Amino acid sequence: MTQDGKLGVDWIQTNHPEAILSRGEYAGQHWVQLDAQSLVDVCHGLHGDPDTAYSLLVDVTAVHWPNDPQPMEVVYHLYSVEKNDRLRIKVRCGDEGPVPTLSGIWRSADWNERETYDMFGIRFDGHPDLRRILMPDDYTDFPLRKEFPLYRG
Amino acid sequence: MDPTMDRSMDATFQRSPEDPDIVTVNMGPSHPATHGVLRLVLKLDGERVRECVPHLGYLHRGMEKIAENRTYLQFIPYTDRMDYLSPLAANVGIVLAIEQLLDLEVPERCSAIRVICCELARLGSHLLWLGTHALDLGAATVFFHTFKDREWHYDLVEDLTGARLTTSFTRVGGMMHDVDKKWLGRLREFIDAMPGRVDEFESLLTTNGIWLKRTQGVGAITREDAIAFGMTGPSLRAAGEPYDVRKQRPYCGYENYEFEVPTGSEGDIYDRYLVRLEEMRQSVRILRQVLDNLPDGPVNVDDPKIFLPAKKRVLTRMEELIHQFMIVTEGFECPAGEVYHSTEVPKGELGFYIVSTGERSPYRLRIRSPSFNNLATLPHLVEGGLVADVVANIASLDPVMGEVDR
Repeated sequence: MTQDGKLGVDWIQTNHPEAILSRGEYAGQHWVQLDAQSLVDVCHGLHGDPDTAYSLLVDVTAVHWPNDPQPMEVVYHLYSVEKNDRLRIKVRCGDEGPVPTLSGIWRSADWNERETYDMFGIRFDGHPDLRRILMPDDYTDFPLRKEFPLYRG
Repeated sequence: MDPTMDRSMDATFQRSPEDPDIVTVNMGPSHPATHGVLRLVLKLDGERVRECVPHLGYLHRGMEKIAENRTYLQFIPYTDRMDYLSPLAANVGIVLAIEQLLDLEVPERCSAIRVICCELARLGSHLLWLGTHALDLGAATVFFHTFKDREWHYDLVEDLTGARLTTSFTRVGGMMHDVDKKWLGRLREFIDAMPGRVDEFESLLTTNGIWLKRTQGVGAITREDAIAFGMTGPSLRAAGEPYDVRKQRPYCGYENYEFEVPTGSEGDIYDRYLVRLEEMRQSVRILRQVLDNLPDGPVNVDDPKIFLPAKKRVLTRMEELIHQFMIVTEGFECPAGEVYHSTEVPKGELGFYIVSTGERSPYRLRIRSPSFNNLATLPHLVEGGLVADVVANIASLDPVMGEVDR
């Protein structure tokens, strides 16, 4: 089985060991949970270092765990075209964030963070244009939160 | 980014008080060239686009929310309605992700049939793209030619799955049913005809002076920018980056088939056009190899807890009846864990990120849509260009709004 993401997790372990809060693996896919404060620094390194070269931010999304003290888990999927490696990074935050934006490193963070904000209400600090993207501007709810009901009526 | 631009959804027609040449206009959401319901607010300086603000969500159906409230099998029909031009490819994508979560291996014949589905979907999607792209630029003839072949393709899809659009042909651990010899023969007729047809399309456009003027050097994006924007699929490859999920991270046994990944160098509309045309030829090449080496044997996994038993046995045997009842009414549990699995659909990398807590439905299902990320480059492509080229750019990115909005 391939060991996806091991390259990146080991790189973070070597260069930013203090940033790692936890790490794990399922089905050969490694993930790492980072401290929100060091997210931008670590990602700058993962993007710029030729040993990792995660040039593609494939996806940004979130998972809502309402019973946890930090209920929002923002999940980033990075891909290195050169190394053919995929890495999953997670960052925990409070109900409305904030999480630092990665749009300064990958431009694809722009729309994907907007969608995460739109669906979960997580604010991304420093985002150039944090507006709703799928729901109407005057919408007040965040549909992918667990307390949002599937049916109303 | 222009600070005076109205970026809200209420943006309406405006003429700048300082300069009467600068106007803000709405394009869409129901515009024939926006391929669905895409709305663009364009700030124009005469014929030049100063700024472009896309507004999405007109086709948002909350699929990710729905997925959290359905069993794994019940979600497959929703994937038909994402990229409705290539539902077969999305059907394959979702079941591969669930199978990875379950650590389930499918038989070789199943994988081969899935490759047929993926490549057939690519041909169908590219046929529509070419026809409408040319139509958007005023070349109506091409549209009639491609739609003739697309109809042929849809006849094949209909005979295979029973539906033209809502195919739902895959199952976790297998397919809805096996393919028969007669259908395979008809598929071979289709793929034997396709290379000649692609040559015909090319003869209408590739050296056509008007087509060249409208596409060459228009909407160009560099390889670096395309990667930074998260572009995938033919549009990224046209910019010179040969990233193709089928090559880089093979699934369904793609590593056993010989095919090339065409790339461009300029990253403009013309290169995207050439890359997709070549992809059609490569799809035919893959399909031919599948047909020549289609393995025999079972199509579905032999796991009564996951795969529905044969109908005949359900009607005569108690145990199978119970299994059928359980799978249909309650579904099956997936182990707690999380996977991200992606496939190369006609538009690019379609990924499913599934978080399971061991329940019968996903705790969270995220759809990484290629059209969404490709469309994010649109302002970059059109700003500074002519307003007429906006239409050409949209068509060349080949977005499907069902997949953008989900």
